Amino acid sequence: MPWTKVLIDDEDLKTALRKDGLRVTTYVNALNEAHRQLLDADPAVYVIGEGVDDPGGVFGSTRGLLAAYGPDRIMDIPIAENGLTGIALGSALCGMKPIFVHMRQDFLPMCMDQIVNHAAKWHYMTGGKCSAPLVIRALAGRGWGSAAQHSQTLHGIFTAFAGLKVAVPATPYDAKGLLIAAVRDGNPVLFCEHRWLYGFEGYAPDGMYEVPFGKAVVRKPGTQVTIVAVSLMVYEAMKAARELERLGVSAEVVDPRTIKPLDRAAIAESVRKTGRLLVADTGGVHSGISAEITAGACEDAFSFMKAPPARIGLPDCPTPAGAELEKAFYPGAADIVACALRLVR
Amino acid sequence: MEQLSTQTQIDLLAAMLAIRAFENRISSVYPQQEMKTPVHLYTGQEACAAGVCANLEREDMIFSTHRNHGHYIAKGADLNAIAAELYGRTGGCTKGKGGSMHFVDTASGCMGTTAIVGGSIPLGAGAALALKMRKSSNISVSFFGDGAADEGVLQETLNFAALKKLPVLFVCENNFYATNSCVRARHAHGSIAARAQAFGIPAETADGNDAETVYRAARKAAAHIRAGNGPYFLELLTYRWKGHVGPDCDYEKGCRPKAELDEWMKRCPIELYAARLAARGVISQAGLDEMKKAAEARVDRAWSYALASPAPGPEDLLTDVYRAAGESA
Repeated sequence: MPWTKVLIDDEDLKTALRKDGLRVTTYVNALNEAHRQLLDADPAVYVIGEGVDDPGGVFGSTRGLLAAYGPDRIMDIPIAENGLTGIALGSALCGMKPIFVHMRQDFLPMCMDQIVNHAAKWHYMTGGKCSAPLVIRALAGRGWGSAAQHSQTLHGIFTAFAGLKVAVPATPYDAKGLLIAAVRDGNPVLFCEHRWLYGFEGYAPDGMYEVPFGKAVVRKPGTQVTIVAVSLMVYEAMKAARELERLGVSAEVVDPRTIKPLDRAAIAESVRKTGRLLVADTGGVHSGISAEITAGACEDAFSFMKAPPARIGLPDCPTPAGAELEKAFYPGAADIVACALRLVR
Repeated sequence: MEQLSTQTQIDLLAAMLAIRAFENRISSVYPQQEMKTPVHLYTGQEACAAGVCANLEREDMIFSTHRNHGHYIAKGADLNAIAAELYGRTGGCTKGKGGSMHFVDTASGCMGTTAIVGGSIPLGAGAALALKMRKSSNISVSFFGDGAADEGVLQETLNFAALKKLPVLFVCENNFYATNSCVRARHAHGSIAARAQAFGIPAETADGNDAETVYRAARKAAAHIRAGNGPYFLELLTYRWKGHVGPDCDYEKGCRPKAELDEWMKRCPIELYAARLAARGVISQAGLDEMKKAAEARVDRAWSYALASPAPGPEDLLTDVYRAAGESA
């Protein structure tokens, strides 16, 4: 049933899924299951990163893997992000398929050299002779005073580097299917997860399946405004769209699922239909992926636009620690509603 | 000390002659400006590559740097393909995508080279991790220079390689210069090998201009690694004759004293070794001339191939950015 893969966290969905006997699982369980199935299916796959063997298992995503697969395939590492990225990459160039895990996206800048200068470019620099099937999972934190160095969402930056793919799964179905696709892809993939999504429930099949890269999905059809939402903002956009329905505004929610490659065609198609674009991102607005999505939509569908496009994301300041400041820092459904109303009225 | 076999002695000399002939050809044609790629020549350091690679099997893997030509030739890379790469041709080893700094030849275990100083250090260790995970008996080599010893990634990699007993040989060719900065201006302590020893990795500093000394050190290192004892570190003291980049020397620009270069040129690794083989009666002057001619002839053939190879077109620009679905690794 296509809708099971499209609709997201919502009480009605869960009820409907259970009624149809379809499996409901959490985002984190879907990820954990994807790891197990990948490890079972291919001896070249291994998991490496700080604390992947901890009892907590990177917030549950790698829990139990050590007992099942042993320390040779579930490998804890010293705190040496760049060196270990290079080591994982070196193994990938020689036929292994590492999944490198970072509990915070904030650690990615430590390994920019190996990601940007090496992994992303190796296939091109070698004229296609060497593939770099390195998957890097990186979690965005948020809340409880995580502050400026433990809560960053850096996915947008990494879309600037040719040769690197970037996934931003929002649902359990996509988390599992995109991780499986990423490991099988043969290219370096940055897999950006949002910690707040981990407990969210939705449909995900038992078996192995792939969600294709570069294929956006319409989470909710609508006619008056397109909301392109990334990662956690997909849920905020869905909440906003339901509120907008009550206010008599029909919003269409588009989830790109991967931002490199980016499904510009699907976004343009939606904008041609609605005539209005709002991009909601978990990252910063300035030079964020919302800028790229907006520019692409303008290039592809400007003549259909009835209003200037709008963007919602993080303001241009580091993440504050205090609860009140955090509240002001993070936009949500209410901001999307207010912005959408401005666009349609 | 046990004498090396005649064949090994001849092979060491032949490898050095091949590298010298290749680099000399680049120097002579570079001013024509048809070779539009920055070249970091290996001239003067030949004994390092020859001595290390003579201990490697074809399936052993090497990772190298911007100064990679010598390693690739000694490891047995296709000379035609690397010559064509210097001209950015479709017959080049990376089809004109990588140039001099990114030679690759997977068939001979030459897994790629990086132009970011220190970048190949973890890659070689990662290859060793893959070999270990696959229970292969092969080993991997990370070649790098003394400049790379300044990068934190060396310390990160040494620690992990020691921790996991990875089958990796670290070869630091200490030619005393990082671009134009002398090692004395960069290092408070004279020994780079000591850094590896700090991680419990057996390490040795050896004369990098003596092919047999390098050969024996690398043989011991390779045996240690192949026996499952984990990594080994060689610091080879040598000297580059040319500037950091390009076919000219840089002493006239004031980058280093000419007297220093002269002293090292007196210790040319090829002349030193040829004289020793002559003294041992392994080769005659005629035999040496014959070997030099053979090296020149190989380079001639490589250049003929390179210059006959077509240039890629704009339609090739966007190929190879990503591996396509179903394409084999």
